[in-house]
Amino acid sequence: MNAARVLGATYAADRTEPLHLRRRPRAGLNVMRLLLILVALGFLVLFIGMPLVVVFSQALSKGWHTYVAAIADPNALAAIRLTVLVAAIAVPSNLVFGVAASWAIAKFEFRGKSALITLIDLPFAVSPVISGLIYVLLFGASGWFGPWLMEHDIRIMFAVPGIVLATTFVTFPFVARELIPVMQAQGKDDEETALSLGASGWQTFWFVTLPNIRWGLLYGVLLCNARAMGEFGAVSVVSGHIRGLTNTMPLHVEILYNEYNYAAAFAVASLLALLALMTLAGKSLLEWRRPELKYGALSADRQTKRGMT
Amino acid sequence: MRKRSWAAALAPTLMLTLAAGATCAAGAVTLLNASYDPTRELYEDYNKAFAAYWKTRTGDTLTINQSHGGSGKQARAVIDGLPADVVTLALAYDVDALVKRGKLIPDTWQARLPDNSSPYTSTIVFLVRKGNPKKIKDWGDLVRPGVGVITPNPKTSGGARWNYLAAWAYALKQPGGNATSAQQFVRKLYENVPVLDSGARGSTVTFVERGIGDVLLAWENEALLAAREMGADKVEIVVPSISILAEPPVSIVDKVVDRRGTRAVAEGYLKYLYSPQGQEIAARHFYRPRDLKVAAKYASVFPKILLVTVNDVFGGWTQAQATHFADGGTFDQIYGK
Repeated sequence: MNAARVLGATYAADRTEPLHLRRRPRAGLNVMRLLLILVALGFLVLFIGMPLVVVFSQALSKGWHTYVAAIADPNALAAIRLTVLVAAIAVPSNLVFGVAASWAIAKFEFRGKSALITLIDLPFAVSPVISGLIYVLLFGASGWFGPWLMEHDIRIMFAVPGIVLATTFVTFPFVARELIPVMQAQGKDDEETALSLGASGWQTFWFVTLPNIRWGLLYGVLLCNARAMGEFGAVSVVSGHIRGLTNTMPLHVEILYNEYNYAAAFAVASLLALLALMTLAGKSLLEWRRPELKYGALSADRQTKRGMT
Repeated sequence: MRKRSWAAALAPTLMLTLAAGATCAAGAVTLLNASYDPTRELYEDYNKAFAAYWKTRTGDTLTINQSHGGSGKQARAVIDGLPADVVTLALAYDVDALVKRGKLIPDTWQARLPDNSSPYTSTIVFLVRKGNPKKIKDWGDLVRPGVGVITPNPKTSGGARWNYLAAWAYALKQPGGNATSAQQFVRKLYENVPVLDSGARGSTVTFVERGIGDVLLAWENEALLAAREMGADKVEIVVPSISILAEPPVSIVDKVVDRRGTRAVAEGYLKYLYSPQGQEIAARHFYRPRDLKVAAKYASVFPKILLVTVNDVFGGWTQAQATHFADGGTFDQIYGK
């Protein structure tokens, strides 16, 4: 997450490049710029580069053999499977929700719209631990629905459904937050044109809206997925920590660390780090293919085009 | 063209969903043991032994799942619905919580198994840096200025409560010792504590990995394990003149086993802890066995210490909890100042 932000910041810095080429800055400014760049780079190395190096060097400190053994351990494999399963449920549901919510917010006027936007942001605002506790209070044995669930032998808490729920809650805003500005900037013109040409609502959505937002959508899904797999706090509260059953990868890392199994802990952590790096690579690839995404403004470029016609 | 590339990006996600879903099926008899932090290695071993024993006795294939965490936190999770068939916690007070808050077990639970339902015991010892540079020999040395003491927070950690009571018991046994002087002593001890972790494992990591403090108050089994894992060149164990007899209790969770139909296997699981095989495994993991024969065999591992019990000195756990660790108890008076 943070890495993504900082990378975003460096891209934003690139953006000033053409301006600077056109107008020669004064020498004092140059020193200032250099200093700022040095500070930014220093931070990058210290807070992002170093931990990454530590993770991988610790993971491999006892050789490849231990590394592979740590990941091939049945509990580790179970944790990996569970993490993938949880993300595979949470991310698509948030994808559907995110598209629906941002479509409603960007394309329609209705009462309570700002309340809806605030609600979508709620999971960002509350601590993940609270997010987990909400579900304990709802579905725990002494919670609101606990006794009824117990009677019907439905397991939500301390089982996979609880973990999925908590993860979905925490990763709720990613897709919607990414899409709302994109959709708002695009306006309703394309859709209205399609409708006036006789397209049905579904056709409009599928052939007009969706293609317009697909890059923003993919971007939101990537971020959502990264968080879904890495979430610790909320999942820790609802998991029950049953080895091989309800431990996700981040929880498994903690367990291994507490068992003095440092090489194994970092081996699993390195998998998570690899996943984050792959997400970042995917994000960069998207930006490389769609440069306009870089500034989070598909819109700006479209609007200038529109202004010209 | 563009549409296809987009679909290609989503396809692997869907495939992973299916693959993960397919591997989720499960069967056979399962048992869940909710335990406290330092018993991880013990039950990993014991579960293998018991599953093999159960297989030969009944023919059932048994899978035993483990959940570990701070003792109080684990009790809380079971009350909140963690379907643990058995609990193996750090102190009776946490098992009592299952009676009081969840009505999950009868209040006579402690009489259902021998030895107060504690198949093994432990005590509190000191772990110091190699060569004992601060010359820490007994509880009295912990209150010297400049000695950093590492112990977890007694509000959240079972082990920490044993530490606290052991220090209190030492102060009481000193000439002229009484409740006031004991509180004075424990206050001075906690003034030397730089970090209060929430669990025993966290404190061990603070002391051993992060190198903070001069002495760690630890479960004897935790200290022996840390000494083995970290190597004798880093830390050594100091046995104080007096300590407390820690009796970590075990119990089946009646409400869960009756719902799941696992009462027989859960009871068998706990009874086997008292068998020579179970006692042997406990001793190998540095828990003091109850069985005299096994105890004699491992006598060299466990030094003789004068051990006092919570019942004798503090009138049982309920009273100890109320006096010392409840809101406004002696710990709050000491730590809140």
